[in-house]
Amino acid sequence: MPRLGNLDDLAALCDALGSKREQSTRTVTMCAGTACRACGCLPVAEAVEAEIEKQGLCGEVLFRTTGCHGFCEQGPLAIIEPGNIFYAKLKVDDVEELVSQTLKENQVVERLLYTDPVSGEKVRTEDAIPFYASQTRVLLGDNTKLSPENIDEYLSLGGYTALAKTLTSTSPGDVVSTVQASGLRGRGGGGYSTGRKWEQCRQAPGEEHYVICNADEGDPGAYMDRCLLEGNPHAVIEGMAIGAYAIGARQGFVYVRKEYPLAVRHVEGAIEQAHEYGLLGDNILGTDFSFDVKVVHGGGAFVCGESTALMASLEGKVGEPRAKDVHTVEHGYLNQPTCLNNVETWANVPKIITNGAEWFAQKGTQNSKGTKIFALTGQVKNTGLVEVEMGASLREVIFDIGGGPQNGRAIKAVQTGGPSGGCLPESEFDLAVDFDELYEAGSMMGSGGMVVMDDSACMVDVAKYFLTFLQDESCGKCLTCRIGISRMLDIVTDVCEGCGTPEQLDLLEDLAWTVSVGSLCALGKTAANPVLSTLKYFREEYEAHIEQESCPAGVCPALIHYTIDEDTCNNCGLCAQNCPYEAISGDKESGYRINGEICTRCGICVESCNKKAIVKS
Amino acid sequence: MDLARVDAILEGRGSEPFDVMEVLQDIQEEFRYLPEDAMRQTAEILQVPLIEVFRLANFYKAFSLKPRGRHLITVCTGTACHVQGARKLGDQVLGQLKVGPGETTQDGAFTVETVNCVGACALAPVVIIDGEYYDHMTPKKLRKLISRIRKVDAQEEETRTNA
Ligand SMILES: Cc1cc2nc3c(=O)[nH]c(=O)nc-3n(C[C@H](O)[C@H](O)[C@H](O)COP(=O)(O)O)c2cc1C
Ligand code: FES
Repeated sequence: MPRLGNLDDLAALCDALGSKREQSTRTVTMCAGTACRACGCLPVAEAVEAEIEKQGLCGEVLFRTTGCHGFCEQGPLAIIEPGNIFYAKLKVDDVEELVSQTLKENQVVERLLYTDPVSGEKVRTEDAIPFYASQTRVLLGDNTKLSPENIDEYLSLGGYTALAKTLTSTSPGDVVSTVQASGLRGRGGGGYSTGRKWEQCRQAPGEEHYVICNADEGDPGAYMDRCLLEGNPHAVIEGMAIGAYAIGARQGFVYVRKEYPLAVRHVEGAIEQAHEYGLLGDNILGTDFSFDVKVVHGGGAFVCGESTALMASLEGKVGEPRAKDVHTVEHGYLNQPTCLNNVETWANVPKIITNGAEWFAQKGTQNSKGTKIFALTGQVKNTGLVEVEMGASLREVIFDIGGGPQNGRAIKAVQTGGPSGGCLPESEFDLAVDFDELYEAGSMMGSGGMVVMDDSACMVDVAKYFLTFLQDESCGKCLTCRIGISRMLDIVTDVCEGCGTPEQLDLLEDLAWTVSVGSLCALGKTAANPVLSTLKYFREEYEAHIEQESCPAGVCPALIHYTIDEDTCNNCGLCAQNCPYEAISGDKESGYRINGEICTRCGICVESCNKKAIVKS
Repeated sequence: MDLARVDAILEGRGSEPFDVMEVLQDIQEEFRYLPEDAMRQTAEILQVPLIEVFRLANFYKAFSLKPRGRHLITVCTGTACHVQGARKLGDQVLGQLKVGPGETTQDGAFTVETVNCVGACALAPVVIIDGEYYDHMTPKKLRKLISRIRKVDAQEEETRTNA
């Protein structure tokens, strides 16, 4: 690859790649993100490529594999242009037909089309799929257009033009003003104004300034950062380079979770390719600006997503947060001014520079601008990544895009914001989703996880789940977080086991307050949210556990037990074979019995029984 | 333990603050755990107090202080997987292999670990066996997978002893 010496070189290359892109009349795009790989997309992709060659279409058809499109559940999937034809759940056996019918004959193969689970009808094009139709895919849209392993594809869409424009015709102060005017707020959870953070960091004196991309994404149930890094790494790198120019940094870091091997590979590859073109390194595009990015693998601690802990980790230390009265924008990594932003925040930056602050500020609500990507998961029909304008209602996201409940059940709650967030009941679903509204309702935007739960979920169990998580992940540095969370967990465990008392609920609320005001970092400060929000909206479930010693959803192991109904049972013995703990004994003559002492109430036997003879009570 | 392999990892490291973490990550990758001698060697060469190296090894989940089994089964217990029945999967593996979370079977064949999310939440519940992702897991599928791995291992063992 030739090194690009100046702005004109880049413009010429982008133009050439862009027109080449327009010339290719026919393309097949397949998603090859982590989730689609888990669904077996790679063998299908190989088969498509081989079949294209076999049927002699090599010169005519452009084949590309991309990062995540967001509709993971339907993988392996392919989009065929022209026509925007969308095929879902492809198998290797479907490939021959796909190539011979659709690519050669322009015929749609009906049976490969996606079936909308709500209407039950086949949908022909990607645009018409309800899951996509109600979204505003500013960031995710690019994921479907480019191969993350080839920088030319990013350039063919005008990639790095925002950086070039910044370096050659904008002063650092003006870049900060633009970001500030756009109203962009950090997507990592806190929602702090990005422009203000940059300005503070720019003004802070220091020998070196640093920028960091926070890709630790520890929030269980959220994976938008993985998809952006994996699917469009150059957007993040370009955003970081623009930020580095604005605040005066020469070195950047991407701190990635170790659980994301593909994201690591793609971002490392992207950095290498950007170097070859001279878009990273010394004197970028012939200017005085030099900037480099290093990828660092996290050690697998949730708390390392917190800014001060992350910087400690980056210094080769244990990832413990420190008090925030000394700001990292002044004294961060190696005690130098450091600007840390989330992956999605960085990815928004080139868009803002290219399209202008007004364009960005038009989208969203009064105080939350732009779009936000949510990971819609749990008990809804359509799960995946959803990008909507800030201010969309929970109902739109869960019902219009998510398609509503699975298996005819009723949706009970949505958990937003991960371990720092809360559970909101169906009655709150008209809430506009932005930073402030969610906070008001007792939850959080967090990084954008949305886990939908139907009436099979027990909300006390959910509170217990998050407390267990937080107890494990608390670094133990401050007392209120270390002891407070485990005492809260003790109480909630008592409730789950049917031995809680009404007074304990008051104590729980007291403890929640103590932990939230007394803790050092946001892990502790927000740790009570899952408890407080479930107490606020689902208090009757706590009371049922305490007063009637019953779990209304039938989830809490101590309050349920399983028995085999002798009349229905045909003594087949499948339950005994399937019980992982060998808690079921008996034989075909005398029948089978569950030993309550050994049984852990996992319920695996219920699923294994064809006669539905195992009853829960 | 082959200390030369540790020396190779340590070669040229020590100038950057994050190097100690990278060295430990590489040792973990190489040996599948952090042997005590390797930690001592790291402390000495990088001139970091041994207690610090030990603290890092203890703090980060990426490191294990005990050797792992030949097969690693990771059950995702993230929120999305939790609401879709991950607890049953945990019960299945732990019951079938008769170990606790984080433990290794007596014969050294399997280590079972949990993870807080692997970013494939739309396919929940997810289990990873030796780096391969399995989506929409059920206890039944899991039981069969484990039995199959056992069978393949036994066959390989047999061909080895025969040869
Ligand atoms: C316990 C804890 C975990 C966090 N994890 C993450 C994370 O995984 N990714 C992230 O971007 N921010 C995370 N944050 C928020 C960061 O501290 C920080 O506010 C954010 O990365 C700043 O970037 P932004 O302004 O672009 O949002 C976490 C915060 C806490 C307290
Ligand atoms: S919660 Fe299991 S993959 Fe995310």
